[in-house]
Amino acid sequence: MNAKVVTNTANSKVGISIAVLAVMIAAALPYWGNPYWMYEFVNIACFFIFAMMWNLLAGYGGMVSVGQQAFFGIGGYTMLALGNLAGVNPFIAIPLAAILAAILAYPLSKLAFRLQGGYFAIGTWVISEVVRLTVANIEMVGGGAGTSLTAFRGVSRTFRQYTTYWIALGCVVATIALIYIFLRSKQGLALQAIRDSEVAAESQGVDVQKMKLAVYIVAAFGCGLAGALYFVSNLRISPDAAFSVNWTAFGIFIVMIGGIGRIEGPIIGTILFWAINHYFSDFGTWYLIGLGVLAILMTLFAKEGIAGLLHKHFGWDVLTTKRIFKAS
Amino acid sequence: MIETITQGILLGGLYCIFALGLSLMFGVMRLTNIALGDQIIISGFIAIGIASVLQLNIVLIGLALLPCAYVSGYLFQRAVLNPTLSRDPVPSLVVTFGLSIVIQNVLQELFSANPRSLDSGGLNTQSIDLGGGFVIGVLPLIIFATAIACTFGLQMLFSKTSTGRSFRAVSDDREIAELMGLSAKKVYATATGIAFCLIAIAGLFQSMRTTISPADGPSLLLFAFEAVIIGGMGSFWGTFAGALILGITQQIGFMFDPAWGIWFGHLVFIIILFIKPNGLFPKTKG
Repeated sequence: MNAKVVTNTANSKVGISIAVLAVMIAAALPYWGNPYWMYEFVNIACFFIFAMMWNLLAGYGGMVSVGQQAFFGIGGYTMLALGNLAGVNPFIAIPLAAILAAILAYPLSKLAFRLQGGYFAIGTWVISEVVRLTVANIEMVGGGAGTSLTAFRGVSRTFRQYTTYWIALGCVVATIALIYIFLRSKQGLALQAIRDSEVAAESQGVDVQKMKLAVYIVAAFGCGLAGALYFVSNLRISPDAAFSVNWTAFGIFIVMIGGIGRIEGPIIGTILFWAINHYFSDFGTWYLIGLGVLAILMTLFAKEGIAGLLHKHFGWDVLTTKRIFKAS
Repeated sequence: MIETITQGILLGGLYCIFALGLSLMFGVMRLTNIALGDQIIISGFIAIGIASVLQLNIVLIGLALLPCAYVSGYLFQRAVLNPTLSRDPVPSLVVTFGLSIVIQNVLQELFSANPRSLDSGGLNTQSIDLGGGFVIGVLPLIIFATAIACTFGLQMLFSKTSTGRSFRAVSDDREIAELMGLSAKKVYATATGIAFCLIAIAGLFQSMRTTISPADGPSLLLFAFEAVIIGGMGSFWGTFAGALILGITQQIGFMFDPAWGIWFGHLVFIIILFIKPNGLFPKTKG
């Protein structure tokens, strides 16, 4: 009997072709769209990258963090400090800031990993609060009131907007592509095994602790990247904005609505979040109440999210991480 | 210094009541109630609301609040939380986190962001002079006594009553407990009912002792959590001790610099988590 392992589905090939085309059109946006769209795209891109990281942590690594805003803020503030105080070009400071967030994640993991489940969630929140209070007391970066990114003085506005937009687009594509490639690799398979059962994965020779640490560090990198990018685009930072738990709240909303534990989940969730945010964010408290209620209802009645429902009812599986065994 | 420590111990009493509600639910069903702080705040606002409409004595308000809290906790567990319980921690965390956001914004909509407090009929200004200029507030003393009573009560409930036995049974092994004829869902609901009573007491005291505003919840949750972890999971007296340690540390921090008080409390929590991951007074199994 001949058999082979198939890692593509029919609609995954179509889906990826459409995606490549969409990216090419998006890359040309500065030449056909208006500047406000670029600004909005950059903001939504930051939410998206953050949500992808939360999905990686909770949906694949089994780690529910309510403290990822720690790394988002660290990313933003590192970029700002490098730009304003050390004279580094902010665009170059973006990856440096993400790297610092990843480095800091290692010692912080030593603390957070002492807690499990729900207590891990609150523990990460405490850590993020400690970082926020610490930064709020550093006068060099504006203290509690925050400060502005002044490193762009003398840079033309068009150049700044175009470059920020392209970096954001690049980060979005890279995030999707890297997570997709990772989850299809041997390590990715190990991570999904951990999600399904830690004990079983360990008995098959997967080093669970090492894998979780790796995921935590990668997620810190991604959130730091999102934070640096967000404040390059917004130019004004404060501890309350950078370390706000709302980042995690929106991240959770995006992942739960879109579909946890699927790469398509945060993509669908972000598009929906963008639409809701675009049309309803003026409603302030009612908007947030609506998001909260929607996330609760989704969790109670459709835990698999929209991507999961599409898969269940229509068999859609665009960015598949499955290995399908076919006998021929 | 002695005065600061006394203040810290009394503050710790309040934190203890916060922490017991968290500890109880986690102990019985491994559920972390992220909305705990917001539930405390909403209880405070309900008490303020009742007081302003009915002009009742605060003791009566408290007594009226408790059965309501129990029933709402029981129903909340049965209708919302029970379906989220599984080996996967994601659903229950997302639901309670979502609830936290909803409560904060509903309160914001109804009461605006202005801080309010419950009129305790002058109780919060009364004090006892212990001689030598050493003065203790009556309200903090009442809160502290209540904290001891709640801790003692829970410990007794767990070790001496059949309800407590069912709590321990479903906590140890839900399936075996169900084979023995217990309904885990009902046991969980009872536990949450009791936890909501503690939350109501906490809300009443918090709104009398100081002002409350809609966004205060998360920091109360963090204090409760820190007290539980410092004390060590699985023992109510441990939680009590953890809360006192947290209260004292924060007061000492406030004494040095008001901007660093909370930070100092967090720092001590982190140090203890680092050197004694199981807390200072872990309950040894066996």
